[in-house]
Amino acid sequence: MSFIAPQFAPALPEIALAIGICVVLLADLFVSEQRKSITLWLSLATLTVAAWFAGGALPEGSQLTFSGSYVADGLARVLKLFTLLLVGVVFVYSFGYLKDRALLKGEYYLLGLFATLGMLVMISAHSMLTMYLGLELMSLALYAMVAFDRESPVAAEAAMKYFVLGAIASGVLLFGMSLIYGATATLQLDQIAAALAGEGSVTPAVLLGTAFIMVGIAFKFGAVPFHNWVPDLYHGAPTSVTLFVGTAPKLAAFAMLTRLLLTALEPVVEVWAPMLTGLGVLSLILGNVIAIAQSNIKRMLAYSTIGHVGFILIAFATGTAAGQQAALFYTIVYAIMAAAAFGTVILLSKRGYEAENIADFRGLNERSPWFAVMMLFVMVSMIGIPPFVGFFAKLNVLVALINVEQTWIAVVAVLFSVVGAFYYLRVLRYMYFETSDTVEPLVAPINIRLVLSANALAMLLLGVFSEPLLAWCGAVIGSQAF
Amino acid sequence: MGLLSILIGLPVVGGLLVLAVGSRTAARLDRWLALAISLVTFVLSLALYTGFNFGTADMQFVERVAWIPAFNIEYYLGVDGISTPLILLSTFLTPMIIVAGWEVIKKHPAQYMAAFLILEGLMIGVFAALDAMLFYVFWEAMLIPMFIIIGVWGGERRVYATVKFFLYTFLGSVLMLVALVYLYLQSGSFSILDFHLLPLPSSAQLWIFLAFLVAFAVKVPMWPVHTWLPDAHVEAPTGGSVVLAAVLLKMGGYGFVRFSLPIAPDASAVLDGFMIALSLIAVVYIGFVALVQTDMKKLIAYSSIAHMGFVTLGFFLVWAILRNTSLADGMSGVQMGVTGAMVQMISHGLISGAMFLCVGVLYDRMHSRQIADYGGVVNTMPKFAALMVFFSMANAGLPGTSGFVGEFLVILASYQANFWYAFLAATTLVLGAAYTLWMVKRVVFGDIANDHVKDLQDMNRREGLLLLILAASVLALGLYPAPLIEMMEPTLVNLITHVTQSKL
Repeated sequence: MSFIAPQFAPALPEIALAIGICVVLLADLFVSEQRKSITLWLSLATLTVAAWFAGGALPEGSQLTFSGSYVADGLARVLKLFTLLLVGVVFVYSFGYLKDRALLKGEYYLLGLFATLGMLVMISAHSMLTMYLGLELMSLALYAMVAFDRESPVAAEAAMKYFVLGAIASGVLLFGMSLIYGATATLQLDQIAAALAGEGSVTPAVLLGTAFIMVGIAFKFGAVPFHNWVPDLYHGAPTSVTLFVGTAPKLAAFAMLTRLLLTALEPVVEVWAPMLTGLGVLSLILGNVIAIAQSNIKRMLAYSTIGHVGFILIAFATGTAAGQQAALFYTIVYAIMAAAAFGTVILLSKRGYEAENIADFRGLNERSPWFAVMMLFVMVSMIGIPPFVGFFAKLNVLVALINVEQTWIAVVAVLFSVVGAFYYLRVLRYMYFETSDTVEPLVAPINIRLVLSANALAMLLLGVFSEPLLAWCGAVIGSQAF
Repeated sequence: MGLLSILIGLPVVGGLLVLAVGSRTAARLDRWLALAISLVTFVLSLALYTGFNFGTADMQFVERVAWIPAFNIEYYLGVDGISTPLILLSTFLTPMIIVAGWEVIKKHPAQYMAAFLILEGLMIGVFAALDAMLFYVFWEAMLIPMFIIIGVWGGERRVYATVKFFLYTFLGSVLMLVALVYLYLQSGSFSILDFHLLPLPSSAQLWIFLAFLVAFAVKVPMWPVHTWLPDAHVEAPTGGSVVLAAVLLKMGGYGFVRFSLPIAPDASAVLDGFMIALSLIAVVYIGFVALVQTDMKKLIAYSSIAHMGFVTLGFFLVWAILRNTSLADGMSGVQMGVTGAMVQMISHGLISGAMFLCVGVLYDRMHSRQIADYGGVVNTMPKFAALMVFFSMANAGLPGTSGFVGEFLVILASYQANFWYAFLAATTLVLGAAYTLWMVKRVVFGDIANDHVKDLQDMNRREGLLLLILAASVLALGLYPAPLIEMMEPTLVNLITHVTQSKL
């Protein structure tokens, strides 16, 4: 038996990222406190190189490598590109925030890059082991990031909760994987599907394993009833970390959803689809209703996330290509919207003052009409008002639902987005209808201003010109061989 | 780029320009710029009238480009005899609103003007869109400037009013969205004209009709989903009230003729009694409600609901008339009802806009909308009093004003359907006169009630010009409505023949 070197080309983005992390790690040691922006720029350069490999350097089509446990395909390409882009945006937003609070350590960027590496591995996983590896790499880095501000007891509490619950969820997921492995004797996703496709192969053990895997996925997405960690984490973590946790990992969670449920467990779609619908509807209802009662904007956005996750899950649960395309589009759009929303929260915060309450948006129109309009774009996009992109994400989901005659779920979904409108409007109300006691202009570095403006304007532009992204999502879903 | 695209784009881009110029420039460039843009838009929109082919029911000034091929959504614009008058109404009133806010708006005037310009572009888009999704985009996007207008420049309870307005309308529209998506999946396109031709089973028609009903009934508004309107009207700034009453409410009526009737004609035929009942409740019951109001704006708001009851009544009389007679014999009656409803929409746009401007003139001086705070205004503001009395007469449906034409046609048509319909509808002539003229009596006539009234200044030239232009147009439409009716006739005849054929 001779050793055959695996093909490394499909994993080039991850390899580039790993090398970049080593460079940043070393370089950061020699960078003085005053010149930490070098670390930021090095990190951004690393992300750019990885994105170049993920986007352009690889050939079209899907490629398996590492004995079939790693895949580079269209879905991986789109998810990786958006993950790297979002992480870059988040790094830019975080810089000033961390600097103001004397939290600006190279480790923030390092942990962020490690988490990104974990996400990329999850996105490309084609075996349950690879998936778990990526998930744990991401999660461990995130736990540490949440506890990053060691002076803050709230952050420590949030990190503890996140860690304990995350560990339990990982355990449950792993248990589900082991049951599936026991039933099918393989870890590779497409072979699991092949093994389950046979007559009489769907045993109780498989069903149990599927249920456990569902729980793991629901936890990582923050779907009701596995959502309790989300508000505490969003609230307790430093805003720059909330920003990180709230955006790119959603894309990785989507990859987990697709790879595990579709590539591997497609033969038992009748089992998991109703469960997923149930989780989705519950998330929609609970997320949107509880968000109304929040006065802290980070908590409010946490519950709003849960509501949006509901949309993603009900679309995915249709089991059709249209539904998966809608879910993918929604996930990407949501991550971009969330980045802009938390970016605005960061913009309003300053040293010794966290703009954590919705009331802190009071009088934003007086202080900065431009950023008031930007936040307006983000909020109405989250409500789902056209021509902003959030609307097209919802439209996509509605089309997928009504196409499979789940019209009643579509009606529930739109009704609860009306409920959701109420709390997003409250932010607008503070921004426009109330005046603040202190009318001081916003101070923020130019790079945050530029990136945030671009991020918010993307809501409008991606909406009016939604065709390219829609077509791209459709193409990568269509090219998946389920 | 076609004329309709320019009419939509110019105010929107112009609004952004006004925002960019800002309020800080010394010469008040923002106001002049806003006025210039709205006037240019109005002049350009006149080309819709001069270039209009009066002999056809087909869509004119059509523009059609693919927009989102993934869902077969098109950028598809076009107008016919139903939408053209409404577009002209919008472009006619926007310059007035900008002039009306000229010195009055102190807070962020540039944002105020910009909001109305952007709103104008979106309103034109609603009336011109022939792709259902494009229509929905304009329809919903309109909520944003309106939300800001009421919330920023409104009265004391503006936040409550504007959130209520937003949520009511949004709730109605999302159900319409579900119906539109269903129709798309059935027909394979979002073209409204394709929806018209799509055969549908009766249960589907019923659900679609109900989904549209929620959206349009809220917008019209019909009893019992009207409660947002008095709040929104009372709290909105004068310009906001004008645009709300004059154009936004018409979108509900427009929705009925563009969507509900032609897409679900069989469901409309089944539910016509229900719709007529709701319309008559609006006319009679809301008329009584208007009678007891103590706030002028609220009174006009309720009178708007009652007048819009005539619009829905006129549209849904079709089947009630045809049950008594054949299409060939009943055509004139049916046509009278539908034409009356359309004329009523335009006329109510002008009259209610003028009434709100009148209240605005008083409010700017006294900062009160309460009828009880006034009395004897005629002694200090004679010119204003003359115009206000004129508009009140028009509101009550005085022959010779535009208010008479629409109501009279609808009452005549309803007589052909059922005597009692006509009887109830005709009570408006009494009720409308009662609530409007009684208000005028208490506000305008009598002795000077207090020192505040004593100090009132008569209209300045700006206000006088606005009201005179509106008075002239109300008279013109009342004495010579033929051009408007001729413009609508082929489209309405076509509509009636379409809706009287079953789509099952």
